[in-house]
Amino acid sequence: MSTDGERPLLRVRGLTRWYGPHVGCLDVGFDLWPGEVLGVVGESGSGKTTLLGCLSGRLVPTAGTVEFTTREGSSVDVLRMSEADRRRLARTDWGVVHQNPRDGLRMGVTAGANVGERLMALGVRHYGAIREAALDWLGQVEIDGDRVDDMPETFSGGMQQRLQIARNLVTRPRLVFMDEPTGGLDVSVQARLLDLLRTLVADLGLSAIVVTHDLAVTRLLAHRLLVMRRGQVVESGLTDQVLDDPQHPYTQLLVSSVLQP
Amino acid sequence: MSDYNFAFLDEQTKRMIRRAILKAVAIPGYQVPFGSREMPLSYGWGTGGVQVTASVIGPADILKVIDQGADDTTNAVSIRQFFVRTTGVGTTTQTDEATLIQTRHRIPETPLAAGQIVVFQVPIPEPLRWLEPRETETRTMHALEEYGVMWVRLYEDITRHGHVETAYDYPVVVNGRYLMRPSPIPKFDNPKLDHCPALLLFGAGREKRIYAVPPHTSVRSLDFEDHPFTVETWDRPCALCGAAGVFLDEIIVDDKGGRMFVCSDTDFCARRRQACGADSA
Amino acid sequence: MTAIAPAIAVEDLGKTFTLHTQGGLQLSVLRGVRLAVEPGECVALADPSGSGKSTLLRCIYGNYRPQAGRILVRDGERTVDVVGAEPRAILELRRRTLGYVSQFLRVIPRVPALDVVAEPLRALGASRAEAMAQAATMLERLRIPERLWRLSPVTFSGGEQQRVNVARGLAAGHPILLLDEPTASLDADSRARVVELIVEARHRGAALLGTFHDAEVRDAVSTRVATLHEAAA
Repeated sequence: MSTDGERPLLRVRGLTRWYGPHVGCLDVGFDLWPGEVLGVVGESGSGKTTLLGCLSGRLVPTAGTVEFTTREGSSVDVLRMSEADRRRLARTDWGVVHQNPRDGLRMGVTAGANVGERLMALGVRHYGAIREAALDWLGQVEIDGDRVDDMPETFSGGMQQRLQIARNLVTRPRLVFMDEPTGGLDVSVQARLLDLLRTLVADLGLSAIVVTHDLAVTRLLAHRLLVMRRGQVVESGLTDQVLDDPQHPYTQLLVSSVLQP
Repeated sequence: MSDYNFAFLDEQTKRMIRRAILKAVAIPGYQVPFGSREMPLSYGWGTGGVQVTASVIGPADILKVIDQGADDTTNAVSIRQFFVRTTGVGTTTQTDEATLIQTRHRIPETPLAAGQIVVFQVPIPEPLRWLEPRETETRTMHALEEYGVMWVRLYEDITRHGHVETAYDYPVVVNGRYLMRPSPIPKFDNPKLDHCPALLLFGAGREKRIYAVPPHTSVRSLDFEDHPFTVETWDRPCALCGAAGVFLDEIIVDDKGGRMFVCSDTDFCARRRQACGADSA
Repeated sequence: MTAIAPAIAVEDLGKTFTLHTQGGLQLSVLRGVRLAVEPGECVALADPSGSGKSTLLRCIYGNYRPQAGRILVRDGERTVDVVGAEPRAILELRRRTLGYVSQFLRVIPRVPALDVVAEPLRALGASRAEAMAQAATMLERLRIPERLWRLSPVTFSGGEQQRVNVARGLAAGHPILLLDEPTASLDADSRARVVELIVEARHRGAALLGTFHDAEVRDAVSTRVATLHEAAA
């Protein structure tokens, strides 16, 4: 995966966000390395969505630092970046996969336009090239090429989610934020999507931060886990270790509460 | 004359609008907000254009007003009379005689010259409006030059129709920076904007925006490398004056489907006919 | 003669489970465990069931977290203390050096058996074609019929699943292998084939540590028998 001397892709320290007197997330810190998938689990109100929001720039944290290592190898302070730079980063080197694919897609334009948009925003001006890239990525997320001119509304939930993923991956981002990527999908569809994500993460060497309440998803996707409760990280470590040998009382409660079919 | 101030607007308002115009000229294609005033015509009828004209017009100016290329339509006549009543300036229908031209939906066929000012009436100034309804977001997009969504729209057109469907108000990039709507002129007129020797001013009264293209500024219509920008063509010349390569209006002449194609620019057509008449005399 | 560090060196290992969901009940499973495994050895743990053999294996693999002691694993030229190591260090260790055959296969739906076995090889940088070819060889040796290769092990019998598990654990040729009842639920023929593979690994210099319920298997593969309690004395 990575060797000593390499810089972490993302370095988070003391990340805190208050909502008035209520804590959203408190003093969260971790390093994320290239090719690593970090799972953030917790129940409702745990602060996991707040954490993701603070990391991806959607929310402004109350305190803390987030440093990202660019493709050129330099370190940038994400929270102190200019809006222009942050938005550019979000369009190129980052991806965001929302729980509801409608939040991450343009429902009013075709699948091809959805996938091609980032390329067009980067200055690609050849219609044929954009269309080809769109077809290529639709193939990679297992959407049939002849749906390229269809509207996302005509896609099933699982397909919309895969379209959202393709839309994000077209610029080959190195870091993808995912918020409950399989939430709301049928179980069989979830399985297929998780498989796809596993393959893409491995093949493309992606790093990802996956927020979910579903422990099975983390076992499948994540190398490491952060367990959150009431805004704080109560336990962290290797996924299989946290799930098989939970130390913290809350983690044990979470793990023991999961139904095994 | 009348009891109104010269050109209807008070001097302070003219100052405010001129400041907006100066800013617009300094940042080609950038939409400058201004305090649009109540004018004696409804929104949607050219209040923006009238305010811009009223702010720049001087006693020595010679004014031409056209609507869809014609000097003699109702709106053109009304606006011209308005300025005559409030300023007493001279007017003309001849493009090359005018110093100031207010227009709705066309650029004259006669090439413009240095020293002329063209004022365009604009309904919706924001090129991204139909793609992004939030003003806060579109302002940020302009500031950060994030125009991807406009390209998406063009991509969609090509996907659906094989070509870009937009026939008028075709989006352009001004001075290599700002995305702009040239007002609902036919795309046929877009090339006239590029490196035009005249000053081009755009006023939107209801939306309260002014923008400008200074003389000799690059104005490029958006297109794809493999789907380049093209203009309309007709398979016949003007039925009245025989001109080709100009914008023609289609006129229905009877209720049996009879039609004729004539120049939309009435001044241009009339003078060509005059010249022909003079020749044959 | 310079002493080369053993492949695995367990020092003073303590593991206690605290069950918070059951009022904080504490189960002390390992205490003061000391053990070393050299390359070319296959050490069999001979304690009775429930004494913590699996727990020890899982601790060495980084799957369980010990409360005391050290687990030094040789990784090429370096030595990694699994206790307290960074997650990515452990993942790297597992990728390159430390293999593990657990008692059961955790099945991911939709992933074909061939891919399951090929995955560790891909993680080591093998091309898709190479990895699939080696995986095929493995499955052949373990007598998994070819018609099953493109199917997910979800529908396989217990014995078939276990053979896929063994194939996956041994395919990459890791220098250190942890084997937790690798022949459970296998018939005599399959057991023999697994024994063959384990002995081969031993002969090529791998260090193996395992639990083998079946005495025949234990005798066939191991070079030494050890017990946790004895070691703790």
